[in-house]
Amino acid sequence: MNIDFTPEDEAFRDEVRGFIAANLPPECADSPALGVMTDKSVVKRWHKTLYEKGWAAPAWPEEYGGTGWNATQRFIFNEEIAKANAPRLMPFGLTMVGPVIYTFGNAEQKSRHLQGILSGDVWWCQGYSEPGAGSDLASLKTMAVRDGDHYVVNGQKIWTSYAHEADWIFCLVRTEQSAKRQEGISFLLIDMRTPGIEVRPIISIAGLHHLNEVFFTDVKVPVQNLIGEENKGWTYAKYLLVHERTSIGGVPESKKKAAHIRAIARAERNADGGALMDDPAFQRKLAEIEVKLTSLEYMNLRILADAAAGKAVGPQSSLLKIVGSEVQQALGELAVEAVGYYIEPFEQGVLPGGVNARGIGPAHAWNVWADYGYGRAASIYGGSNEIQHDVIAKAILNL
Amino acid sequence: MEFALSEEQRMLQDSVRRFLEQNAPLDKVRLAAGNTHTVQRSLWAGASEMGIPGMLIPEDFGGMGLGFLDAAIVYEMIGRHVAPLPFLGTAVMAPLALMLAGSEAQQEKWLPRIAAGEILAGVAVTEKIGIREDAGVKARNGTLTGKSLFVIDWAEADLYIVADSDHGLHLVLPDAKGLSRRALNTIDKTRSVGELVFDQVAAEPLPRSSADAVARVIDAGRVMLAADTLGAGQMMIEKAVAYAGERKQFGRVIGSFQAVKHLCAEMAAALEPSRSLVWYAAHALDEVPGDAHLMACHAKSHLSEVGRFVARTATEVHGGMGFTDLLGLHYWFKRIGFDRQLLGGPELVRLEAARLQGWAA
Repeated sequence: MNIDFTPEDEAFRDEVRGFIAANLPPECADSPALGVMTDKSVVKRWHKTLYEKGWAAPAWPEEYGGTGWNATQRFIFNEEIAKANAPRLMPFGLTMVGPVIYTFGNAEQKSRHLQGILSGDVWWCQGYSEPGAGSDLASLKTMAVRDGDHYVVNGQKIWTSYAHEADWIFCLVRTEQSAKRQEGISFLLIDMRTPGIEVRPIISIAGLHHLNEVFFTDVKVPVQNLIGEENKGWTYAKYLLVHERTSIGGVPESKKKAAHIRAIARAERNADGGALMDDPAFQRKLAEIEVKLTSLEYMNLRILADAAAGKAVGPQSSLLKIVGSEVQQALGELAVEAVGYYIEPFEQGVLPGGVNARGIGPAHAWNVWADYGYGRAASIYGGSNEIQHDVIAKAILNL
Repeated sequence: MEFALSEEQRMLQDSVRRFLEQNAPLDKVRLAAGNTHTVQRSLWAGASEMGIPGMLIPEDFGGMGLGFLDAAIVYEMIGRHVAPLPFLGTAVMAPLALMLAGSEAQQEKWLPRIAAGEILAGVAVTEKIGIREDAGVKARNGTLTGKSLFVIDWAEADLYIVADSDHGLHLVLPDAKGLSRRALNTIDKTRSVGELVFDQVAAEPLPRSSADAVARVIDAGRVMLAADTLGAGQMMIEKAVAYAGERKQFGRVIGSFQAVKHLCAEMAAALEPSRSLVWYAAHALDEVPGDAHLMACHAKSHLSEVGRFVARTATEVHGGMGFTDLLGLHYWFKRIGFDRQLLGGPELVRLEAARLQGWAA
């Protein structure tokens, strides 16, 4: 067993760090935000910067524009990105539909879509969940009926992040009413400008708009936009779900948050006027979370090492999801405790992203509540933690 | 031994519940939340007709002369409905300050008007709990100078009760020269707080002020916040249970899955025992002075933790819906979050309790 980073890894880290330092837009680096939301133009600019360097899609095969880095290098890259407070690139193209297209798409689809995803010029959103199909995704009802050289799509998607800013949506649609529900589902790419698509906002607990409902009324989609075979969409969707699941624990983001909380605790006072960081009760809470985070990180590294050795990432990703969301939420709670009264002021809607812009109280407290509220979603999205527990019981413990 | 609400108390609670069900449904809360710093006058008038502002005020001053347990069960109902009512400052903390520390003349002047629902009273005591930044108020030669943050029931107050840094309590009128006021928008849009900045503001001291009087006003506030969280938490549990009984996945209601069933049961198991704690803490304010301060700390810190657990778990049971403005569950989530920090977060209050018992230096 050797878990040290090699000198080559460290040199790589220096290179990444140097590039970020030289190129990250200052409004990102200086932002006190815990990363609730970043303005689209800033994300696009940063995406373009990485794209021009050739680093937009480290996990992609080199022939489609990937970097050829190994798993360790990708981990280092993600860690440095998080440390620098760089905005996360939108995952819907780069880590979701992109890999599906280069794995299952035909030559025409690859040449049409991959470049726009890589450069960040084309934004995607994900049309999976429906009002009646959340945890039970296979019960989805949005219909696509074949009519000559196109499908006619009718139905509704929900929880569609950034649909209001997306150019395209990748959708799971029902193309056949079969006995086994998973078998009548197809994977369609739909241009958001197609007539018959309506996007309605869902305002979240933090008062932000990034979620939407998307309604389809007689939307005509060319059959060329079908990925792979008709009625095999569930296979591609499952591939997507396990693909890149190694990052679902959110280790770099949580490490960044923990560092942010340490900074808060050095600045905030406890009841006796001493630094909060010197308060043993606070130290104990932070230490407990950091231990859990460290074990998560090592588990993540172990899975990465397995992946690098060619082993598939299986149901362990459910463990990463559960522990990762628990750590993230525990950090959110601790930040709330650390800023005390200053979680309470909440001014909204001035800065991009609309989070506590006027900033009452110290800057480090501005986004703590929004982050706490938003963080409640971590145990719900991407398969709720209750569902993840079921997966562990079934697929790991054979219960 | 009788550890239960009396018949009268149950009737009081039922009548407040019915009043709020009719007059403060979610759509009204939503409208009010868009104007946090505007008092909902018709709702307050209705509450006043029921005698709510004068609950604690002696009958001689036009009140109902009831106790803190009565006030707690009323605030529990107000929390249950996340109702935008200026109860905490106007009906509890300000009258208590006047009763404990005011002169007879001050009591005669103000208490009947509070009891009748004619005037609203804000309370500025936050600096007695944890001094932040440059906040704090100094009294000198009949004037106040300094800053008070998170003033309870700040909006449209007709008078403010202000604590200075030496255990003095003062009456300040909102139009006093040298007083500037700033509304503070917070996570909880159902209750108004704000900031008061004093520049040699003429203030009328409450002559019987003492450290003990200030502490009792804060204790009462803490027990009320615990009761508010209790009511809000109870409603969140009921909403989660109802949702789990309606929402279907995999061809069954999600409440039939043990994972979801247990989430609901855990909430109930956490909240119900804490109801007894709130009742006893309120009862102690009335009847057991030796226990009152410690119990107020316990109720405040424990309900903060239980409330957070319930708020998180009920949101989880609602899945994505719990996360939306559409359903409005966040009003309860945020109300509980606000209760947690106001008048001292649980970490600080627990330390206070440990010191009170001689466990900590």
